[in-house]
Amino acid sequence: MAMPEHTVKEFDADLADLAQMIAKMGDITARQVLDALDSLEEFDTAKAENVISIDATVDELQHDIEKKVILTIARRQPMAVDLRDLIGALRISNDLERIGDLAKNIGKRVVALKAETPRSQLMRGVQNMGEVALTQLRDVLDAYANRDVAKAVAVWKRDEKLDAATNSLLREMLSYMMEDPRNITLYIHLIFCAKNIERIGDHSTNIAENVHFIVEGRLLSDPRPKSDTTEIGTG
Amino acid sequence: MSTVAEAANASPPVDLSAQFQPTLYHTVESGEGVALDLRDFNLWYGSAQALFSVDMAIQKGMVTALIGPSGCGKSTLLRSLNRMNDLIDELRISGEVIVGGENIYRSGVDVIALRKRMGMVFQKPNPFAMSIFDNVVYPLRVDGVTNRAVLEETCERALRSSALWNEAKDRLKESALGLSGGQQQRLCIARAIASDPEVLLMDEPCSALDPIATAKIEELITELKGHYTIVIVTHNMQQAARVSENTAFMYLGRLIEYGDTKEIFVNPKLGQTRDYVTGRFG
Repeated sequence: MAMPEHTVKEFDADLADLAQMIAKMGDITARQVLDALDSLEEFDTAKAENVISIDATVDELQHDIEKKVILTIARRQPMAVDLRDLIGALRISNDLERIGDLAKNIGKRVVALKAETPRSQLMRGVQNMGEVALTQLRDVLDAYANRDVAKAVAVWKRDEKLDAATNSLLREMLSYMMEDPRNITLYIHLIFCAKNIERIGDHSTNIAENVHFIVEGRLLSDPRPKSDTTEIGTG
Repeated sequence: MSTVAEAANASPPVDLSAQFQPTLYHTVESGEGVALDLRDFNLWYGSAQALFSVDMAIQKGMVTALIGPSGCGKSTLLRSLNRMNDLIDELRISGEVIVGGENIYRSGVDVIALRKRMGMVFQKPNPFAMSIFDNVVYPLRVDGVTNRAVLEETCERALRSSALWNEAKDRLKESALGLSGGQQQRLCIARAIASDPEVLLMDEPCSALDPIATAKIEELITELKGHYTIVIVTHNMQQAARVSENTAFMYLGRLIEYGDTKEIFVNPKLGQTRDYVTGRFG
């Protein structure tokens, strides 16, 4: 987007700082998600603890972004694309913070599962979902950094696949639980992990919508493709 | 209510490039509910062209803001609406300004009667050196109204409309020059509406006022709209965003983008508008 600089150079610096802060927050949360998935795969509680503890940094970054946005609005009275940029940054930092929370929750479940440790072949399914969600997150962070609407819309559309994968996985887990009630504790945790991953995908699509809003100035209007068919997937 | 000197103080003619062929984006359509309709309106100060083929439908009962960098022609456009520019030598126009079905520039138009239908408020409050009362009823006196009851009734109505009544009612006989700047500006608005105009033309009415006086004028504009069609020239973008329904962005004598204020300030369609409203103008 070739746009001339602001007459007030500091305004450009403010906006650049914010984009930088979002990028940093995005890196940390993507790392959090990756580590959460790894810790689940390897039942690595040390890694899981680390995912949990790093969340404080993410929260702090979100507060910093919020403060910066509010101060910039108060100081510069932004209009048009600048205003959308600031509001977009505020919303995106919210979604990233939630993604951090969800990764943290997976970490907590890994710690809790330590005692259980019966393996399940469905772990692989959860891993696969997690990888898809992580790609979605990385792509949308890229789309934000480059103000790439096409890439954002692609992320937005792909979320359907993640939803469908969650649903089939949940259905399978249900049948395993019915087969042997001793599995229930494990699968309850896995269900929550799968749900967390699905939610991470949802927040990535929110970010995609915000990238679209920042660049185009209007909301992504078509209803988002949804394919939630199981009752258990509702929510 | 204005003087030749005031008109001469308008932005000096600028050498505008006639080759400039901008993309225009207008969403306010001519038709029903239009109070003022400019059609292919051009204006020259001597050999310098200041307005280029402006087509603009100003909606009745709404607030329309004119924004743009200094010298873009917004004050010239505003002053064209009540033929205030006629006072300038070597002025030439082409095109039409339709008010109530008639072109105000056709020959034989009573310019004084026209200006009475278009109250004007200027950048600097310009009360006359007389009492508050005499200021407000000045337009009626010019018309030969002498009936005391009519004058008093009009004075109260105009001062109430301009939200000055409570502050001024006990000092109507005192000089208007003793009022604060903000009060003086509201007095000028009272004087402008005393003759019951259809349109209020405001040329940067708040630029000489402090923030509180500015807020009062803005509040007043919001109360007056509906009853009057208001056209306001402002350099304060936030003010345009706050008070107006429609905003027109002008540049080098052209009406570049004209539409819903919300769109202009949140999602302008043209790069030039965006650069201006976001402070990226060189």
